[in-house]
Amino acid sequence: MPSSLSVASAKTRHKRVLPGFGLSLGSSLFFISLILLLPMTGLVMQTADMGWSEYWYVITDERVVASYKVTIWAALIASVFNGVFGLLLAWVLVRYEFPGKRILDALVDLPFALPTAVAGITLATLYAENGWYGELLAQWGIKVAYTPLGIIVAMSFTSIPFVVRTVQPVLEELSPEEEEAGITLGASDWSVFQRIIMPSLWPALVTGVALSFTRSLGEFGAVIFIAGNMPYVSEITSLMIFVRLQEFDFPAASAIASVVLIASLVLLFAINIWQGRYLKRLHGR
Amino acid sequence: MASGQRHQQRVGDRPAVKYTLIGITLVLTALLLVVPLISIFEQAFVDGLAVYWDSLGDPDTLHAIGLTLFVALLTVPINLFFGVLLAWSVTRFEFPGRKLMMTLMDIPFAVSPVVAGLLYLLLYGNNGWIGEWLYEHDLQLMFAWPGIVMVTVFVTCPFVARELIPLMQQQGREDEEAAVILGASGWQLFRRVTLPNIKWALLYGVILTNARAVGEFGAVSVVSGNIRGETNTLPLHIQLLYEDYQATAAFASASLLALIALITLIFKAFIEWRQERAEQLH
Amino acid sequence: MSIRLENISKTFGQFQALSPMSLNIDEGEMIGLLGPSGSGKTTLLRIIAGLEGANSGRIQFGDRDVTNLHVRDRHVGFVFQNYALFRHMTVADNVAFGLEVMDAKQRPNKTEIQHRVKHLLEMVQLGHLANRYPSQLSGGQKQRIALARALATKPDVLLLDEPFGALDAKVRKELRRWLRSLHDEIGFTSVFVTHDQEEALELSDRVVVMSNGHIEQIDEPAQLYAQPNSRFVFDFLGNVNVFEGKLTQSRLHNHNAWITAPSSDVPMNSGQLYIRSHELSLHTEASKIANLPLKVVAVNPIGAEVRVELAPHEWQSEQIWEADLTHSEYDRNPVKRGEIVYAEPRNGYFFRENSHQAPEQVSWQSRSLDETVK
Repeated sequence: MPSSLSVASAKTRHKRVLPGFGLSLGSSLFFISLILLLPMTGLVMQTADMGWSEYWYVITDERVVASYKVTIWAALIASVFNGVFGLLLAWVLVRYEFPGKRILDALVDLPFALPTAVAGITLATLYAENGWYGELLAQWGIKVAYTPLGIIVAMSFTSIPFVVRTVQPVLEELSPEEEEAGITLGASDWSVFQRIIMPSLWPALVTGVALSFTRSLGEFGAVIFIAGNMPYVSEITSLMIFVRLQEFDFPAASAIASVVLIASLVLLFAINIWQGRYLKRLHGR
Repeated sequence: MASGQRHQQRVGDRPAVKYTLIGITLVLTALLLVVPLISIFEQAFVDGLAVYWDSLGDPDTLHAIGLTLFVALLTVPINLFFGVLLAWSVTRFEFPGRKLMMTLMDIPFAVSPVVAGLLYLLLYGNNGWIGEWLYEHDLQLMFAWPGIVMVTVFVTCPFVARELIPLMQQQGREDEEAAVILGASGWQLFRRVTLPNIKWALLYGVILTNARAVGEFGAVSVVSGNIRGETNTLPLHIQLLYEDYQATAAFASASLLALIALITLIFKAFIEWRQERAEQLH
Repeated sequence: MSIRLENISKTFGQFQALSPMSLNIDEGEMIGLLGPSGSGKTTLLRIIAGLEGANSGRIQFGDRDVTNLHVRDRHVGFVFQNYALFRHMTVADNVAFGLEVMDAKQRPNKTEIQHRVKHLLEMVQLGHLANRYPSQLSGGQKQRIALARALATKPDVLLLDEPFGALDAKVRKELRRWLRSLHDEIGFTSVFVTHDQEEALELSDRVVVMSNGHIEQIDEPAQLYAQPNSRFVFDFLGNVNVFEGKLTQSRLHNHNAWITAPSSDVPMNSGQLYIRSHELSLHTEASKIANLPLKVVAVNPIGAEVRVELAPHEWQSEQIWEADLTHSEYDRNPVKRGEIVYAEPRNGYFFRENSHQAPEQVSWQSRSLDETVK
């Protein structure tokens, strides 16, 4: 498309057609540099002051490693659960008409809109031994609050919208013709779902799950109230940073934070590249 | 969605399958989302209305509410302004690094709020390279309201741009090109052609930014210093109350934030309803 | 206002969208840019408008050099392919937009604007729709509103990008005539882009045929049809049969089939004969002019003609041949599907092998006349 490429050749004398290029790009760059990039220099300088061995010692401290494990496992389980539940939610919202559908659709965004601290104390209260859910689950001998299970519950609560909102638009765009073609060729509903619908859906599903995972890794507010925060058992990495900060051990806090930051940036870039790829394949450009 | 009615023979339309799936979804949603939402209000009102009003009337709570609103009042316009400019630059022009810029804008989504808070603390705190200079000039940003505003801007900066970019991309630049050809100046073009097309998404972006700004916890707790009656925002205040075993008071404050969240959701549902109706008119 | 383009070229990254080209458009002329997609016609139109910048060259409107002038100041009217009507404004507000955003000094007053809008809407015969929104209009109505909006500011030139592309066949034809008569009435200089040869030939004073970023031919429609100067133009105008032959003993041979070199001053050579489908007659046996055996694939009576589709029989051609016969011609020799028939050309165009020159016009009619006289 000529029009979309047109402005690429900035070297020509031609002025850009639409106004505000300098203003909008300039202020965006200024904003991104000031708000997002500049603060990273502080972390870089703080960790650069440490020797490599000291850095390594801090980030491989036994308690810290335990926190990585808890965080990653909980985030993994939470995002896989969200993959299943999110797909179901998206499917029901796109494919069916039923009373209350609009309310359900709006509710999906609740975890985005609800402050994490509020979610945290609410879930902690619900799953506490004397809470509505805690009492019920206690009869089965299941303890959620103040265990790693609580971390999973909190993480999946806060990140469910990621899966739904990534899968939903793709599901909406699927053409009925392909399904009808499958059905007229004699395929059962299940095999049409497996062999025609899922292949177009799974890139979006993977993206959604990956976003949900990334978000869960960094979740703090919702988790700390329900987790119990027992060292080696239910202490997440974000909290480790916080603990080191309260000990005024800035270098240690920075070192751990740098691990978390690098992990989340790598995930973010990987998701974006992956998303760009599959979008390209989907739309052929 | 209308296509679901036309194509009776789509996969999963058999009543048994359909109602099972709807049923499971509704039960799960009720358990995982609705009950928690209701329990916030239940806990808030468990000791009656009088206690509820009392705990909200507490001076520290009132101060926390005021500070939270103040922070949102500063954060939202900043992110509105830059969000619009960012969306304009990445959807209306092609330039090298455009994709990278959009990815950078997503950083606050991916980064743990605690890390975000720490970044600011390290830079602007008394030991940071900017912080030292500020200290010499007797400027205190961290453990004071400016720091809270700064990290809140960080955490909530993607929301406006995120709402606008897909919409503006989908609408394309033809309308604006037409307006330029007809002689419109930059401001006329934005106000009379662009703005009417994006106003609802813009408004939703603002409301979402606001909801996140009043609710930010992790990042703020790192830079606030939690001084009651001074740098305690509402979410931090909720934490203090909750850990003080004043659960009812904590939930009273929480109910305010939950109310803001509910308003946000209702507003979003309203926008979508409007949009669907507009599409049906076509 | 006349338009003069000198040495305009354009690249998108590595891709040469337009090779350097020049074009002069007279005041009041209506020019059609005709070509397949990717030929650069839309890019050229957008460069004239100022929506794209050219990499080299000069653009003049009348005496005014507009090369470095921003779109806003070029004073052109532009009708977008998908109209780009402002969906949140009424029809009247759309048309009034260009007037309302003028500088305070030039801007007509409110009543004057209202008056102008009313007049424009009447001109496009849609006065009764002033208060509707674009989403409530049909495609043809949107098209006319887009045109009224473009004309509201009294532009020097009117540019239209695939103006009828999104409309169905019947509306397209109607609007085409209407646009032409409007053009004749007001006399604006206009340039439009199309990939439909019928549209270009019917509507334009001159047609610019483009392919792969360069101009193939610029001519009046009748001239273009009578004398296409390249294989591309021939192919693009359509309905042509190609006979590729080697010259031996004054005959062009292709396997067993042959055509006698026509009696002209033109010294023949090996090459390609282009024969339009209405320049063929069908016979039951070979003649002295040609031995072109063809198998009848289909017979379609369409309107005034009978179109016979023919597959080469024991010789090679890249495409199926077509012969357009009049009904009386067909009735004299009603060929049936599956039959072998022999075609005989009346007039054609000859492209020499390995040459990019314009074709020579050839005719066999004088010879067949000679034969009958004898």
